[in-house]
Amino acid sequence: MEIKAKAYKFGDNINTDDIIPARYLNTYDPRELARHCMEGVDEDFIRKLGRPSVIGHCIVAGKNFGCGSSREHAPIAIKGAGISCVIAESFARIFYRNAINIGLPILESKKASERIDSGDEVLIDLSKGRITNLSRKENYKVQPFPEFIQEIIRDGGLMNYAKEKLKK
Amino acid sequence: MGMSIAEQILARHCGKKNVAPGTFIEAKVDIALGNDVTAPLAIEEFEKAGGNKVFNPDRVVLVPDHFTPNKDIKSAEQCQILRSFAREQGLRHYYEVGKAGIEHVLLPEEGVIVPGDLIIGADSHTCTYGALGAFACGVGSTDLAFAMLTGKCWFRVPETVKFFYKGKLNKWVSGKDLILYTIGDIGVDGALYKVMEFTGPVITRLSMADRLTICNMAVEAGAKSGIMEPDEETIEYIEARAERPYEIIRPGKSTRYAKVIEYDCSKIEPQVAFPSLPSNTRPISRVGEIYIDQVVIGSCTNGRIEDLRISAQVLKGKKVHSRVRLIIIPATQRVYREALSEGLLETFIDAGAVVSAPTCGPCLGGHMGVLAGGEKAIATTNRNFAGRMGHPKSEIYLSNPAIAAASAIAGKITSPEAL
Repeated sequence: MEIKAKAYKFGDNINTDDIIPARYLNTYDPRELARHCMEGVDEDFIRKLGRPSVIGHCIVAGKNFGCGSSREHAPIAIKGAGISCVIAESFARIFYRNAINIGLPILESKKASERIDSGDEVLIDLSKGRITNLSRKENYKVQPFPEFIQEIIRDGGLMNYAKEKLKK
Repeated sequence: MGMSIAEQILARHCGKKNVAPGTFIEAKVDIALGNDVTAPLAIEEFEKAGGNKVFNPDRVVLVPDHFTPNKDIKSAEQCQILRSFAREQGLRHYYEVGKAGIEHVLLPEEGVIVPGDLIIGADSHTCTYGALGAFACGVGSTDLAFAMLTGKCWFRVPETVKFFYKGKLNKWVSGKDLILYTIGDIGVDGALYKVMEFTGPVITRLSMADRLTICNMAVEAGAKSGIMEPDEETIEYIEARAERPYEIIRPGKSTRYAKVIEYDCSKIEPQVAFPSLPSNTRPISRVGEIYIDQVVIGSCTNGRIEDLRISAQVLKGKKVHSRVRLIIIPATQRVYREALSEGLLETFIDAGAVVSAPTCGPCLGGHMGVLAGGEKAIATTNRNFAGRMGHPKSEIYLSNPAIAAASAIAGKITSPEAL
């Protein structure tokens, strides 16, 4: 699966209060959460994304993306806002699980995290684990997912994986 | 080769003799926990997956604590989802307002968690229970849904880092200061994906309250869990309340740790974490002049009776500064009652503090003390991210309860020594 997306860059230690402030956690409706996506760190983020078009959006961040609370509302807000992928140097562990479990593609790549800038157009090949920066004409290597995680991703998230297992 | 406490617990729960860091396992969980923010989503996922009955109604725990007593209509509706699910499923451990409190203070207190357990909770501070010799970690709502359905959870077996604390504790230095100092040293991703095993002569001299505080904040260093080897103090605590048989697991003799870090506690002063990361710590002597608008004493980190006792000791006969609002939140009904019978509540009210019902409330900017733009607060909570306690332009400093109480009196961040 290939994703073409415009990059939006953030720094290190983006926490879940940045991604979706706790005052919005009295709901888990993806559309409502999406309206406040990244509001804690950039109030204008959703406006900047604009209307969906042929080219998608991706978030590129530094170390420890998604640190803080366990709220699954964070990857749900990101997915709901139409962000097709998050690339970071590293992810906080609960965010990592949550993204995998709900089927939000995430990629770990130090090089990509350093080199991609806001506004760059990137081509992401999830199955091959390759990121191409179309604006800079560069390729970045991605840490491949362990087999077990790939199984969950193939099944379309943890609950589908559970259903598949229950069938067996 | 010996296995760490965490590795042994994980191995036992997946029916293997050995597990090595880095491998993926599916393990049985002893307790699956959710709250009013995370459980509604898990319940929906559970039902969507065709879930009919939870794997064991005695082992699924629901605690409405974040936005309770219900702060608005939407929160009330979230709690309603928990309440009716708990009734339908016949959950033994559903705690209604009036019997409840902050989950991570409540569950150890009630004897729901025992040594040797494998606990998952859809709340990042689930790692608190490591202080009892359990392997406990925070997960998301979908993980909780999966566990409610199957009684299991997937894990990547984490490496363990050993933290060894030696020396003598200085006056006013508590478990909170040790963990803040540690996070200040290794950073907010210093233990990413790893288990922090806390040990050494200083740890064995600490009360259970201090130990729970230390394990509580392991997640602020990115850790999967904090854990401690049970000792006599732990066993005494457990014996007084455990509702199930338990198993003491000790680290293997030749355990290989990813790293061993040693601290000399005689060099550690009370710590203050400056905005906006828990790792941004300074010793109290190097804080400078920081005037504050609000002080919060409470939370899953420092809302236990021991925390209220030391706060009362500092506040006794003193008045809260005229520019400061002091909010004190006993973490559970039991803590509240003890504070009442020990006369602590009277001390707080005489000093000019407000005492709230048990709730996570202001820690995550929910209610009961939300900050306005430009305001500064010192809190005994666990996170000082920008906007965590309200307005994005408000600032949070983290400390132990004694420093927080002294600061409420002085109107600026200070040590009780300086009063």
